[in-house]
Amino acid sequence: MSELRTRPGAPTPPADPPAAARGTAHHGRLRLVLTRFARHRMAMTSLAVFVLTVLFAFLGPLLWPWDHTVHREILPNQPPSWEHPFGTTNAGHDVLGQLMRGTQQTLRVALTVSVLATAFGAVWGAVAGYYQGWVDAVMMRAVDVLMVVPLLVAVAAIGGNVRGGTTWWAVALIIALFSWTTIARVVRGVVLSLREQEFVEAARAAGASDARIILRHLLPHAAGPVIVAATLLVALAILLEASMSFLGFGIQAPDISLGLMIDNARTAAFTRPWLFYPPGLFIVLICLTINFIGDGLRDALDPRQTMVRR
Amino acid sequence: MLAYTVRRLLGTVPLLLAASLLTFLLVDLSGDPLADLRVQQPPVPAEVIEAEEERLYLDRSLPERYVLWLTGIGGDGDIGLLRGEFGPSVRGPDYDIGQALAERLGSTLRLVAAALLLALGLAVLTGVVSAVRQYSAVDYTLTFVGFLALAMPTFWLGALVKEAGVWANQQTGYTIFYTVGATSADTRGFTAGQLLADHLGHLVLPTLTLMLTGYAAWSRYQRTSMLEVLNSDYVRLARAKGLPNRVVLRRHALRTALIPLTTVAAVTVAGTVDGVILIETVFQWRGLGDFFVEAVKRSDAYALMGWLMLSGTAVVLANLAADLLYGVLDPRIRHE
Repeated sequence: MSELRTRPGAPTPPADPPAAARGTAHHGRLRLVLTRFARHRMAMTSLAVFVLTVLFAFLGPLLWPWDHTVHREILPNQPPSWEHPFGTTNAGHDVLGQLMRGTQQTLRVALTVSVLATAFGAVWGAVAGYYQGWVDAVMMRAVDVLMVVPLLVAVAAIGGNVRGGTTWWAVALIIALFSWTTIARVVRGVVLSLREQEFVEAARAAGASDARIILRHLLPHAAGPVIVAATLLVALAILLEASMSFLGFGIQAPDISLGLMIDNARTAAFTRPWLFYPPGLFIVLICLTINFIGDGLRDALDPRQTMVRR
Repeated sequence: MLAYTVRRLLGTVPLLLAASLLTFLLVDLSGDPLADLRVQQPPVPAEVIEAEEERLYLDRSLPERYVLWLTGIGGDGDIGLLRGEFGPSVRGPDYDIGQALAERLGSTLRLVAAALLLALGLAVLTGVVSAVRQYSAVDYTLTFVGFLALAMPTFWLGALVKEAGVWANQQTGYTIFYTVGATSADTRGFTAGQLLADHLGHLVLPTLTLMLTGYAAWSRYQRTSMLEVLNSDYVRLARAKGLPNRVVLRRHALRTALIPLTTVAAVTVAGTVDGVILIETVFQWRGLGDFFVEAVKRSDAYALMGWLMLSGTAVVLANLAADLLYGVLDPRIRHE
């Protein structure tokens, strides 16, 4: 998937020297990354669409009169109309209201998973890579073992057993519990290659503690690959949450998520298409934009990547 | 090579042992298999619950239960993974978990094998075409399809494909597509040819959807590795020698470009296990995926543990196979 980065809007020089030269070194790097990201047309479009989706999910419910619950005033089973642009369900839900809430819950889960799993995985990988030896061996064997259990299987086995309604944060916690392993591997790789370099030695000679070296000197260097992996984790978490809900192990009614909406409309593709297509298309749209954003970030953060066509 | 294979095989033993502990804790700590029985109305007599606890070995401590589940020492002969016994089921003393798993293994393997082969073939083909025609309309289209496949929820596409099949059948009045199950409900009186056609007919739609999981990632990897190889010096040399393009692509470039795919394909096996669960649910395919969902819904602890060990073993063996295959494909790698 890595070539797409050089694709759109490519014929531009790699950097903007006057901009990069201004300010501190850190400032310059951030600016460089942003400039490079802004040149990635597909990623910028995706970012705009993603922001719109977030607004739709979190601001929409404040503006739209119907929420995701059953209302007696709503005529059940109606195709799209001016009053209900996405139609209504059998039980008397407004589908647009459901979509807003569903997208909201799905995004909440996915972003929480990404933050939790990235933080935990990064520290785990950094500690393993920094101390090496038996610490590394034990910690990375644990990662190997976790990776033996397929993700959906693990989260469904736990999620299916949680009685009395699964809330969105419980779903997020369960998914995060099993999805930090890739981040840990990425960070460990970076730390292993950095720990012998002079700046680490200098920090140690200056009396910095291990924790300080890991947090202030090593982890910032892993930021690039970690940000990319964290972005892709969002897409993964969205698909996982939807799969869990579809199997009946995720967020439960009366609350709603995009996966649950698909489950409810499973056989409606040809009879009541307004129930079937929107939640699926929303998932596709969100995952697609996130993958493109990840691709753009990969380009922007990788200094070896030239923006010139091969 | 043989010594290396044996060493790696032995290496999987501690990994599987650790996986068994994780599996056991995961399932055992996440819920009580008798939760439904305990809250049932009208209440079930205490003796019945006690008898069930004893039958399911729930009256023993956690470490005791783990050792029992693994070795079967001190049990009634119906438990112990190492003896090939998966343990008693909450579904009653007559339900044999091992037998149920064995019955469903065949139909799932059929589905997975068909989907993986199709996905690999298509991924290699489109990856190579994309790389050779880099930045052409074909490349952009295939790239977009790959991204779309990566973002697509399998079960949604599956439901769509299934309903489309049902719709097509209704429109034409014939059963063109089979949309439910692995075989027809009644296959008595079928000749061998009819039986084969029936099996293949039921495979079509689920295979097409399951294929997508692997295809999405693999086609992208294949494109990347093919591009890398095409830009390498030895391919340029092969062209400079005046070899026909066909020979350069097939004999020189593709062989090398296939190597990274073996590793990626093995890693995706875990993803395929996830896909199977969803696709079998959509198409009411009575295989291992369906078994898993049912086991979770019934809190059938030993059935779940057995299932997890089965899928775990499959994942470990797939990774091992990829490592060994790597050595065969890449002459630079020598396992001594």
